[in-house]
Amino acid sequence: MELLGYYNYWVFAILLMVGFYAVIVRNNLIKKLLGLAIFQSAVFLMYITMDKVEGGTAPIIQEGVADQIYSNPLPQVLILTAIVVGVSTTALGLAIIVRIKEAYGSIEEDDIIAKDRES
Amino acid sequence: MNPSDHLAALQVVVLFLAAPIIVLLQARRLAWAATTLTSLLTFAIAIALTLGVLNGQDYQYFMGSWPAPFGIELRVDGFSAVLLLAITGASSAALLAGYHSLDQQIEAKRQPLFFAAWILALAGLAGIVISADAFNIFVFMEISSLASYVLVAGGPDKRALPAVFKYLIFGTIGATFYLIGVGLIYMMTGTLNLADMEVRIHDVADQSPVLVAAGFITVGLALKAALFPLHIWLPNSYTFAPHVVTVFLAACATKVSLYVLLRFDFFVFQQNLTGHELQFTFFFMPLAVFAILIASAVALFEKDLKRMLAWSSVAQIGYIVLGASIVSLAGLTASVLHVFNHAIAKGSLFLAVACLAMSFRGLRLNDIAGCAKAMPWTMGALVLAGLSLIGVPGTAGFISKWYLISAVLELGGGIAIFLTAVIVIGSLMAVVYIWRIVEHAYFRPAETEIVAREAPLGILSITWVVALANLYFGINPELPVTLSELAADALMGHIK
Repeated sequence: MELLGYYNYWVFAILLMVGFYAVIVRNNLIKKLLGLAIFQSAVFLMYITMDKVEGGTAPIIQEGVADQIYSNPLPQVLILTAIVVGVSTTALGLAIIVRIKEAYGSIEEDDIIAKDRES
Repeated sequence: MNPSDHLAALQVVVLFLAAPIIVLLQARRLAWAATTLTSLLTFAIAIALTLGVLNGQDYQYFMGSWPAPFGIELRVDGFSAVLLLAITGASSAALLAGYHSLDQQIEAKRQPLFFAAWILALAGLAGIVISADAFNIFVFMEISSLASYVLVAGGPDKRALPAVFKYLIFGTIGATFYLIGVGLIYMMTGTLNLADMEVRIHDVADQSPVLVAAGFITVGLALKAALFPLHIWLPNSYTFAPHVVTVFLAACATKVSLYVLLRFDFFVFQQNLTGHELQFTFFFMPLAVFAILIASAVALFEKDLKRMLAWSSVAQIGYIVLGASIVSLAGLTASVLHVFNHAIAKGSLFLAVACLAMSFRGLRLNDIAGCAKAMPWTMGALVLAGLSLIGVPGTAGFISKWYLISAVLELGGGIAIFLTAVIVIGSLMAVVYIWRIVEHAYFRPAETEIVAREAPLGILSITWVVALANLYFGINPELPVTLSELAADALMGHIK
């Protein structure tokens, strides 16, 4: 049961590998980039999971309430930054793909390599 | 408060303030001037910080006056000073030299945006080096990476696009691995400050998450540092990037990731994890040997000038890692010294290549055959820098190879002989590939009529200044050696 109790971490690991697999195996640049986005999102999940304290609430100090357990707010703040980084990476990646399409007329990696060989 | 107290913060704040202003400058000459001035200003700040460090000052700065470990701490010591000098110096030299070269390669109306990306890349790289906060380092790392993707893709060569896409994929995977590692450490220690982490890792009862974190951080940063065999994004990115961008990135970008890696390995992990020292003997050392031998061998047969030098960079990363993997004072000194010396050697080589590119469209060895007659000064600088790369006595490269070999010999026994042989063979291969350039430039007749002229004075003079720095630091190596010893002391000081 203990292993199942960590199910969030299992989801993290599986998502991470799904994304990684797509990055390595897919030939289409958009699909590669999607894989990369999944890969990054998995890490967001890991950060969000680790800040949860069992029975903890939002870390707001209330009058008259003592010995309350709070969840850790810091990882959420950290991951907000990482999400922004992830979004900009994806945006930049898509912009590069658009330019690759303009320059090579294809977004399949094999075609691009073949065209580079010719020239 | 004295303004000099804020130097550590100003190193990046100046750049972040300048970047949006440069976007607004429509005139490209103005944008270039503003960027170059900002870069020179940060170079001056780096020099001021270095002088402070040499006087025994340890810069510690708390952002917004929040004390560590709660706030973000900035820290400059001998190790960071070496990197800061390399980063800001390379950027300033590349920008000063790039006046004509960039005009040739980047459309006029896109230049202000390009320069803004340049400043952001510089800010990110400098930020990684001064920050003492693990998550802050991640943010700076992504700022510098995203900006350098833009820089590499900015040139006219369409082959830069697939190269930069690969760079983006690998760079992001590397940074994400680093993020996972930092997350795991945070989970176990509850802190992001490097110094605080070091103390608290002691008290962690279950070390397995920290070991996993060490693995993720090592692989992620090795990927960003282009440590063999994780280097495959590097040769094409360097080859097809605009020439002065290659000067900038080749001189410092990968070394900054090595810097973070060494910080983590020596400050945070080394003494706290059981069995961590195995990582150096059984992971870094073999990879460094492979990097030196294989990357140099590939450079031997490379036909494209820029790609040959890019492969040589992969080999030089090997020397730097080899020094660190010995885990001794002498080894680390050699390693940090090579970071500095390789930055000026490879910087001046790529500057000379940028000079050649002013006249030659293609940069394969056959294209530049016989160019020495038309461009004697450019080739002179290239040969001088090449000698430094090989490690000929009297040049900067010799000093760091000398230190490296002495460090290796300290090990004693068969391994010392083997590693010395590797370094010597690597240097001999460097002799051969530099000789191939010389042979084509001086002794081969030109295949077609050469219309080349000597490069403009602006770029040529900078190239010579940097090339002569190779000689200067070869004869007067005090400054880098003192800084490297300080750095090595600090790194080893954390190992009991």
